[in-house]
Amino acid sequence: MIPAPTRYARATDVDHALELLGEPDAKAIAGGQSLIPVMKLRVARPALVVDISRLELRGIEERADAVHIGPLTTWSELASTGLPAGLQAIPECARGIGDLQIRNLGTIGGSVVHADPASDMPAVLLALGARLAVRSADGVRELAVSDLLLGPFTTSLGAQELVTDVVVPVPSAGSGSAYASVEHPASGFALVGAAALAGPEGETVALTGVGATPFVLDGDPATAIRDAEIYGDRFASEEYRRELAGVLVERALARARNHAKGDR
Amino acid sequence: MSDTVSLVVNGEERIVDVEGRTLLVHALRDGLGLTGAHIGCDTSQCGACTVLLDGHAVKSCTVLAHQAEGREITTIEGLAQNGDMHPLQRAFVQHHGLQCGFCTPGMILTAADLLSRDASPSDDAIRHALRGNLCRCTGYQGIVESIRAVGGSA
Repeated sequence: MIPAPTRYARATDVDHALELLGEPDAKAIAGGQSLIPVMKLRVARPALVVDISRLELRGIEERADAVHIGPLTTWSELASTGLPAGLQAIPECARGIGDLQIRNLGTIGGSVVHADPASDMPAVLLALGARLAVRSADGVRELAVSDLLLGPFTTSLGAQELVTDVVVPVPSAGSGSAYASVEHPASGFALVGAAALAGPEGETVALTGVGATPFVLDGDPATAIRDAEIYGDRFASEEYRRELAGVLVERALARARNHAKGDR
Repeated sequence: MSDTVSLVVNGEERIVDVEGRTLLVHALRDGLGLTGAHIGCDTSQCGACTVLLDGHAVKSCTVLAHQAEGREITTIEGLAQNGDMHPLQRAFVQHHGLQCGFCTPGMILTAADLLSRDASPSDDAIRHALRGNLCRCTGYQGIVESIRAVGGSA
């Protein structure tokens, strides 16, 4: 289907993008793999699409004790780039997202700000304690991924703000992480996805696909899953999702512990 | 609302009239007459419109024509060289990689991307790469065999 009429503008730098986004009903487009499908369905009808895909917000860099991932870095790039030990969950998750064509264009920043409640990578970023740098005309603010995700397709990002950095702390030595999911066979989105980080400081687990936003499980995972607010739909009942969450958390934790021991 | 963009299609610079909303697949088919990129769905799922953008397989129904400005685009029409079919095209003929042929351009271009990164992929890798290309006739076995024949890991 053909999207509703819209205008197109290509941003030359972040300031230019922020200025263009000041227009009513303007929408930033990066890889377009979330936005264009909803434009084709005419669920989204931006008056102006601001193309940020040629900005220099791409690439992966290790600085001090964190890995900085440019928000325009694609899933393909994340799937094939070596990351410091302990961050195995990132390429593992990236390899399974969407399909090859989507991974070639889809970006980590675009996915996170789209805030699909069943998207995979936000769970990984939550388990790893990632933070985002956000630019606006007022400067840069930093926030945790959990503070960005407010609800399905809803974030705390302002209309004239752009994510400019995804900052993932490098876990301490002897840590490992993993992502396990069961996908809807047609859409590829997670019915349930679980990300786990295991290391000397303890274990963190986050779930996606089961509620309004991906979230971190507090305390003992089994108890937290029992008490969590989990929704059901025509594809998977609440009971099934809860059961599956327990299984996938165990799988993700087992693999994270193996990665921590140095197994590939 | 109409603008022009310059695309590099199969090695040639082409100028095409587009709107802001024009999808690359429509620019290729309606603007340039390159109808090898097929439209099999409305929802970015079938992969029949796959083309190579700077060598990487993308669904041309999920890229704005404006976004492709100045980029190298390869469609199925550009794969044969001097009248000789590309090895993948020959393999699809030899190994019964197609029946109705509707999904074939997308299958072949996705396979070309896969083989550019992994010269002899396993069957699992081939099937993983084809996740975004739907075939409703062959059941994929012939397609996997065609790609394996070129990949040389058979």
